[in-house]
Amino acid sequence: MTAIPYAEALAEFEPVIGLETHVELGTASKMFCGCATEFGAEPNTQTCPVCLGLPGALPVVNETAIESTIRIGLALHCDIATWCRFARKNYFYPDMPKNFQTSQYDEPLCTDGYLDVQVKGETVRIPIERVHLEEDTGKSLHVGGATGRIHGASHSLVDYNRAGIPLVEIVTKPVTGTGAMPAEVAKAYVTELRDVLRGLGVSDVKMEQGSMRCDVNVSLNKPGQEWGTRSETKNVNSLRSVERAVRSEVERQAYVLREGGRIVQETRHFHEDTGMSTSGRSKEEATDYRNFPEPDLVPIAPDVAWVASLRAALPEAPSVRRRKLVEELGLSENDSEAMVNAGVLDVVLATVAAGASAAEARNWWLGHLAQSANAAGVDAPDLPITPAQVAEVAALVASGSLNAGLARQVVDGVLAGEGSPAEVVAARGLAIVKDEGALSAAVEAAIAADPGAAQKVRDGKVAAVGALVGSVMKATRGQADAGMARALLLEKLGVSE
Amino acid sequence: MPEAGRPTIGREEVAHLARLSRLALDDSELDRLAGQLDVILGAVAQISEVSAADVPPTSHAVPLENVTRPDVVMPSLTPAQALSGAPSEEDGRFRVPRILDEE
Amino acid sequence: MSDLTRLTAAETASAIASREVSAVEVAQAHLDRIAKVDGQVHAFLHVDAEGALAQARRVDDGELSGPLAGVPLALKDVLCQQDIPTTVGSKILEGWRPPYDATVTARLKAAGVVILGKTNMDEFAMGSSTEHSAYGPTHNPWDLTRIPGGSGGGSSAALASYQAPLAIGTDTGGSIRQPASVTGTVGVKPTYGGVSRYGLVAFSSSLDQAGPCARTVLDAALLHEVIAGYDPRDSTSINQPVPPVVAAARSGEVKGLRIGVVKELTGDGYEEGVQQRFDEAVAILQSLGAIVTEVSCPHFSYALTAYYLIAPSEASSNLARFDAVRYGLRVGDDGERSLEEVTALTRGQGFGAEVKRRIILGTYALSSGYYDAYYGQAQKVRTLITRDFQKAWESVDVLVAPTCPTVAFPLGAKLEDPLAMYKQDICSIPSNLYGGPAASFPAGLSEGLPVGLQVMAPTLREDLLYQVGAALERALPAAVPPLAWEN
Ligand SMILES: [Mg+2]
Ligand SMILES: [Zn+2]
Repeated sequence: MTAIPYAEALAEFEPVIGLETHVELGTASKMFCGCATEFGAEPNTQTCPVCLGLPGALPVVNETAIESTIRIGLALHCDIATWCRFARKNYFYPDMPKNFQTSQYDEPLCTDGYLDVQVKGETVRIPIERVHLEEDTGKSLHVGGATGRIHGASHSLVDYNRAGIPLVEIVTKPVTGTGAMPAEVAKAYVTELRDVLRGLGVSDVKMEQGSMRCDVNVSLNKPGQEWGTRSETKNVNSLRSVERAVRSEVERQAYVLREGGRIVQETRHFHEDTGMSTSGRSKEEATDYRNFPEPDLVPIAPDVAWVASLRAALPEAPSVRRRKLVEELGLSENDSEAMVNAGVLDVVLATVAAGASAAEARNWWLGHLAQSANAAGVDAPDLPITPAQVAEVAALVASGSLNAGLARQVVDGVLAGEGSPAEVVAARGLAIVKDEGALSAAVEAAIAADPGAAQKVRDGKVAAVGALVGSVMKATRGQADAGMARALLLEKLGVSE
Repeated sequence: MPEAGRPTIGREEVAHLARLSRLALDDSELDRLAGQLDVILGAVAQISEVSAADVPPTSHAVPLENVTRPDVVMPSLTPAQALSGAPSEEDGRFRVPRILDEE
Repeated sequence: MSDLTRLTAAETASAIASREVSAVEVAQAHLDRIAKVDGQVHAFLHVDAEGALAQARRVDDGELSGPLAGVPLALKDVLCQQDIPTTVGSKILEGWRPPYDATVTARLKAAGVVILGKTNMDEFAMGSSTEHSAYGPTHNPWDLTRIPGGSGGGSSAALASYQAPLAIGTDTGGSIRQPASVTGTVGVKPTYGGVSRYGLVAFSSSLDQAGPCARTVLDAALLHEVIAGYDPRDSTSINQPVPPVVAAARSGEVKGLRIGVVKELTGDGYEEGVQQRFDEAVAILQSLGAIVTEVSCPHFSYALTAYYLIAPSEASSNLARFDAVRYGLRVGDDGERSLEEVTALTRGQGFGAEVKRRIILGTYALSSGYYDAYYGQAQKVRTLITRDFQKAWESVDVLVAPTCPTVAFPLGAKLEDPLAMYKQDICSIPSNLYGGPAASFPAGLSEGLPVGLQVMAPTLREDLLYQVGAALERALPAAVPPLAWEN
């Protein structure tokens, strides 16, 4: 593909971006039936007449899905509909059992909101067009072609476990004025949205498992001219890809336009492996969805008092929590931004709420836990350790029962599924040894093993005691109280400080 | 006889509608359907005589609202039941011929 | 006991309850009757002798009881019955055995009703003659060369030929009432939302309604009570008590009842004999103390038109699920063709001409550019028809009209003329669009063929229908089919 470098493209053209984000709600049951929503279950084990679209089956709305959608709308400062209907969006696709998607067409539950995001110290307001509720599709496995892609496959195998899981679609209005950083703004928006959703507890927002997915719209125009024709890139399934998808599309479109070509309104497919998109269906042959009100579902008219109570019970926005970190807890702007990017803002705050100091919470979640998450290929908040457990470990360190090295071992034990911190401490026998009797043998041994160092200390080179402390720590597998070991060594060697 | 102002329906349009609704129709079927649909549409075009500009549409016969169910998991079918009607299956999944277009 | 197949459902139930006869004997008598006559009538698409006898045994063993325990019933093939073939009269579902019961089916089973089998119907309930069944037509027991009505012709013919004392029908534009009218039986379309649609294979979701069919008004009421009532699986189900239909059927009191004759449902196209029987029936009701007036419902004239936009539109969407992926027919899967081609071939060959006509018509009416003029306008007319009903209720308790403008016509007479066929439902459609209950009751014969009187009532006032039906039933001689073709 031929392209113009990002910065150069944006010096010549103004970008307009738009994002459609699909989020699977974390309800226990599906949108219109009682099937479970467990990720990774054996194929077609979470299906019933309703979500298989069997003849005669009828949908019934999951009330928690309605509530979650309204809460999302409220968190995004939207107006909540006082009356709305589901509609049928009709098109054929094998992943979609009824060959129509039950969605909300011109009557979404939430409209006209916004989300403020921080990009390079600047606040950018992203206008929200709508938040509506629909149902997810099943999943196809394409067999016989290269790399499991649909193209070239001999046949496909369909699993409907995911079909009918409640899906919220959050659509921005066209975002203008992102100047030289449309890709950064797009990524910041999706990141912030993810944190908002996580804070609401309505979804596990795992992009790698597909519970949060983005479609990215991009167009370019010459300054002062009308908006250009947009493309829609589908399948953008990681935060990094959101940025890459916008960037590569800006670079591609700029090239086409500069060469005097025209942008086709089309759907493009993003490929995680190459970071590039390829052309898909052209919108010029777009299907006619023949939307009409879903006769099998009656209208939804959210009670005004109920909506008010949901609004009153909303958690603090991530932006508010971030300010808290900086203003009340004294963390730096850098730290807070790092936490947002790592998605650990909530767990850090929860760890502080559980009793840890801000510095300890920060160190754990941006340090050892971030590395562990990276190694395990998951987001840090999804590690099998709770903020309360991290605070418990921090407390053990503060009280002197654990040192830093031991604390890491305790955390690793929790992550390995060995139980709570207290259980790991007990099972591994990891408490710091403060017993003089128990330490003196190790101290004697250390002195005997390194007479040279011992002599230096006796000669007044107190710093040389470090090596001896090290061998005491080693002999006790890190469990010795280092301060006590040092004092004992100096005492034995007849040196006082 | 089509009245003035009413779009008549021809073979091409029937073929387009058949594509939208995934119906393979042969030439003679297309011809016959086009003729019949033109007559039927001629009759139903009478609907435009009713002056109903300010009338709200009725999508549901009974005035119910807010019918929902609690978010509770109910038993699913067994996979064998789910697949019992499948024209073709493989590895617990519904097997279909190769798919042309991506949605 | 004399011929068990000639008893009413109420008589049968009481004979079984008092152990004069066993449910197994009753079931066997009906299975024998089916074996004897259904070759000529073709009311059934599937007979489940084994299941029927097993259910009868459960009744005899005292496991199941109730007002209709042990009474045989013919189930329209549009309702799912677990593990029993459900075809909806279509090739596209040939051999499909649902893994679940419709709510109506489940209620019948729980009430000890003995389901004999599944009855023939116009494919996907689209038709008024049962000639659009992919499995061949059903014949009217009054005259085998004539249609039994449709779409529920199998159910009505089963009743009229004494193959079952009870049947279930479904009514989207008249598919319970018109077959009842042309076979001299009773058919009731309940209030929309009165009987669960869960497991009823959808034709037009905002209009479909299952209801009872029987040879007597009381039998229909007894069946009505078994199948009606709130179902949380159907979002359009009404969570209110079932109207007192059995009490109404037993009372049959019409003194002081205000009956409105619909001015628009008469005139050209209404057969003379049909009009005469209708006028006489109204006169009988008047003689029994009812107050009869004429009522104008001006938008009823547009009901047929609105219906032929709304029903096909919803059908085009409802029938999209028959795509050769999860169940039913698959045609042309040769390892080369794509799914798109296989789906189109399957639908092209699996659906009959009428179904394809309506899918195309509905697709057209919903497509962008036409939606407002067709589907949208039809929904507005629906509002106006509802207002006509509501205005009528200010002055009358029920409305009456012929059920159907003609008696049973000869098989084949209207097959090549869809519009003429559609006009069979001209009187029955308004109640579907409005959602209120309506019924057809026998009103005598014209040239030896049955004529039906239609009664329409306000939402959830089914009791009024049964009151009028019972009054008429007592005043008129029973319509007994000659069955001259037998033996
Ligand atoms: Mg969507
Ligand atoms: Zn399900």
